[in-house]
Amino acid sequence: MVDDTAAGNSIQRNKRLLTRALAVCGAMFLFGFACVPLYRIACEHVFRNKIYNTADSAKGFRVDESRWVTVQFVGNVNSQLDWSFAPEQVTMRVHPGAVNDAWYDAANKAQTAIVGNAVPSIAPSQGSPYFNKIECFCFTEQVLKPGESRRMPVKFVVDPKLPKTIDTLTLSYTFYNNRPATKKLAEQTQATQPPNS
Amino acid sequence: MTTHATAHHDDHHDDKPHGFLHRWVYSTNHKDIGTLYLIFAFIMVCVGAAFSGVIRTELMKPGLQFVQPYFFNEMTTMHGLVMIFGAIMPSFVGLANWMIPMMIGAPDMALPRMNNWSFWILPFAFFLLLSTLFIPGGAPAGGWTMYPPLSIQGGDSVALMVFSIHLMGISSIMGAINIIATILNMRAPGMDLLKMPVFVWSWLITAFLLIAVMPVLAGAVTMLLTDRYFGTSFFNAAGGGDPVMYQHIFWFFGHPEVYIMILPAFGIISEIVPTFSRKPLFGYQAMVYALASIAFLSFIVWGHHMFTVGMPLGGELYFMYATMLIAIPTGVKVFNWVSTMWGGSMTFEAPMLWAIAFIVLFTIGGFSGVMLALVPADFQYQDTYFVVAHFHYVLVTGALFAIIGAIYYWWPKWTGRMYNETWAKVHFWWSAVFVNVLFFPQHFLGLAGMPRRIPDYNVAFADWNLVSTIGAYGMYLTPFMFFFILWHSKKHGAPAAARAWEGAHGLEWTVPSPAPFHTFSTPPVIHDEDLAHGDVSH
Ligand code: HEM
Ligand SMILES: [Cu+2]
Repeated sequence: MVDDTAAGNSIQRNKRLLTRALAVCGAMFLFGFACVPLYRIACEHVFRNKIYNTADSAKGFRVDESRWVTVQFVGNVNSQLDWSFAPEQVTMRVHPGAVNDAWYDAANKAQTAIVGNAVPSIAPSQGSPYFNKIECFCFTEQVLKPGESRRMPVKFVVDPKLPKTIDTLTLSYTFYNNRPATKKLAEQTQATQPPNS
Repeated sequence: MTTHATAHHDDHHDDKPHGFLHRWVYSTNHKDIGTLYLIFAFIMVCVGAAFSGVIRTELMKPGLQFVQPYFFNEMTTMHGLVMIFGAIMPSFVGLANWMIPMMIGAPDMALPRMNNWSFWILPFAFFLLLSTLFIPGGAPAGGWTMYPPLSIQGGDSVALMVFSIHLMGISSIMGAINIIATILNMRAPGMDLLKMPVFVWSWLITAFLLIAVMPVLAGAVTMLLTDRYFGTSFFNAAGGGDPVMYQHIFWFFGHPEVYIMILPAFGIISEIVPTFSRKPLFGYQAMVYALASIAFLSFIVWGHHMFTVGMPLGGELYFMYATMLIAIPTGVKVFNWVSTMWGGSMTFEAPMLWAIAFIVLFTIGGFSGVMLALVPADFQYQDTYFVVAHFHYVLVTGALFAIIGAIYYWWPKWTGRMYNETWAKVHFWWSAVFVNVLFFPQHFLGLAGMPRRIPDYNVAFADWNLVSTIGAYGMYLTPFMFFFILWHSKKHGAPAAARAWEGAHGLEWTVPSPAPFHTFSTPPVIHDEDLAHGDVSH
C-alpha cells in the first residue's frame, strides 16, 4: 500500500532524528565536563589568573629602588578546619623586583592529624598578575599532627611592571581542610599502626 | 483500518482505550498526555505556592515568628525547583502536546511511546525531590541554583535532588526530541515551515534549547554529586577546584533555561492577540527571526548572573553589552504585538485580557532586566529583592499569565464547552491586582538593600514586606478560582462551536469542539483562511 511506505519513511526519518538528537545531548553532557579544562585554560592563558598553584621564577627582574610598594598579609581559616593560622608580619614595604620573605604560622588544634591546603588571593585583582610567588606553603599540602605547629615561608617578587596606580597589595590566604587527603592519611595510619589493645 | 475497532464499540465515535490504566498510564495519545502534563503542573503550582506561603508568612513581619531559618531556606530552594521544573516547564510541554499536532495537521506526536515515558518519569522525579522534606537533614536548602560549597553541605538530600534533576532532564529532553521530530517530520502537506503558527515555531526553537542545555545541567549536578560522595574536587578549592566554575556551568544552562520558560509564552501571545484583534499577526517573519535571535543570544550572556564574582573588566563589559542586545529582538516582539492590536476590532474576552496583561507586565520585567544588566548598577542589586521582583515579573506575569491565557483560549477546543466569562474576568482582575501588590513592592525593597533568601530583616523593610505578603494571600485564592471556573465549565458550560472564537484562524479550529480523540488521521487540505497568520504570500 502507498500509505505503508509513507508511514515507513516517516518512521525512518523519526529514528534518524532521534539518534541525531541523542548524539547532540551526549555531546553537550560531555561539554559540561570539558568546561573543567577549558575553564583552567581560559583563566590562566587568556585572563592570566592563576587558579592552580604553580611556582613562578623571578624572571630576572631589575630592582626598582625608586619605588615602594606596601604588601599586606591576611590569613583566614575555613570553618571546617580546626587550625589557627596567622601572618607573622601584618605589612611589609618592598621594592618591585626584589625578592622578599614573609612568614605565616599555623597550628593544629584538633585531636587528629589533618591535611590542609591554602588558597591564595591578591587584592586588588588588577595587581594579581604582577605578584609572583617563588616559593610558597600553598604550593603543597600541609600535614599537621595533633597539636603540631609550623612556621611557613612565602618568597615573593613584585613585578616592576605593576601599574603605577597600585601602591598597596594584599596577599590573603584561606586554609581549607583537604578532606580526601585527611581521610586517606587516617586510613594509612590505622593500617600501619596495629591497634594497641 | 478501524473496522474491527468500530465493530466492538457499539456507540462510541472515538476508540478511546477503556479503564484508568489503559487510558492514562499506558497512554500514547497526544491529547491525553497533554492533559496529564497540565494536571501535573497544576498540582505542582499548588505545592510550590504552599512553599511560598511559608516564605511570605515568615516575612510578613521582621523577626523570626514561625519557622527556623534552615527550614526557611529549604522552602525557598524547593519553591524555586518545583515552580521551574514542576509547574512552568510541564505546562508548556502539556500545551505543546495538545496543540502542536492539531496546529500542523499531524495525527499525533512523532514518537508516541517516548511521549508516554517523558510524562510518567516526572511524578517519580518529584516524588524523589519532595521526599527530601521528610528525611533526616531535611530538604536541599542551598537555593535553586545549587551553588557549591553550600549546596553540598547538609544531609543526603543532595543525592536525591541530583537524581531528581537527572530524571527531570531526561523527561524534558525526550519531550523536546519528540516535539522536534513532530514539527520537522509530521507537518501536513502545504504547511511549510514559514506558514506554521508562531506557537509551533516558538516550541521548535525552545526544543532545540532544551536538548542543548539540559545535558549541561545534568553534567553540573553530576559533578556536585561526585564532589560530595566520591572525593572529586571539581568545585572544591581545597582540592584544587573552583566553586566559581560551577556558576559558569550552571548559568550556561541557566540563562537559556529562562528563555525556555518564556519563548513558548511568546508563541501563545502571538496566537491570542491576532484572534481578538481580528487581524493577522503583524510582522510574522520578524517574529520568527526575533525568536531565533533571542535563542542564539541566550547562549552567550550567562555572565550577567555573575558580575560580582570578580570577573575581568573586559568580561563584565562584554556580558553587559551582549545582555542588553537581547532587549532588541524582545522589543521587536512587543512592538509587533502592539501593532497587531493597532486598528484592530478588539474584544476583551479572558484570553485577551491575560495576553494584554502579559505584554504590559512582562515588559516591566524586561526593563528591570536591562537595569540588572548594567554592571555598575548590578553590584548594588545583585542578591537583593530587586532580582526577585525581576524574575517574578518575567515568570509569573510573563510565563504563568501566558499559560493561563492559553488554557482559557483553547479550553473550548479541548472540552467543547465555554467557561463563564464573568467569573473568568473576576479571576483575571483579581490576579492582575494582587500579583502587582505582591511583586511590585519587592522592587522598592531590593533598591533599599533588602537581601534575598533571608528569613529575618531590618525593621526598615517592614512596611513593604507586609504589603507584599497581603498580595501573596490574595494570589493564593486564584488557583481555587481557576479550578472552580474550569470545573463548572466542564459540567455546565455552554457548548462551544468548532471555531470557538470569531476571529480565530488555524487548523485547530477546523476540527469539531471538543476535538475528537483522533484528529487529522488523514492529512487535511489546507485553505488559506485556515492559516493562523492570514498573509500567506510571503
Ligand atoms: C530583556 C531581557 C532580560 C534581561 C536583560 C535580564 C537580565 C537579568 C540579569 C542581569 C539578571 C541577574 C541579576 C543578578 O543576579 O544580579 C537576571 C536574573 C534573572 N532573570 Fe533575567 N533578564 C531578562 C529576561 C528574563 C526572562 C525572560 C526571564 C525568564 C522568563 C528571566 C529570568 C531571570 C531569573 C530567574 C533570574 C534570577 C536567577 C537567580 O539568581 O535565581 N529574565 N536577569
Ligand atoms: Cu540570565
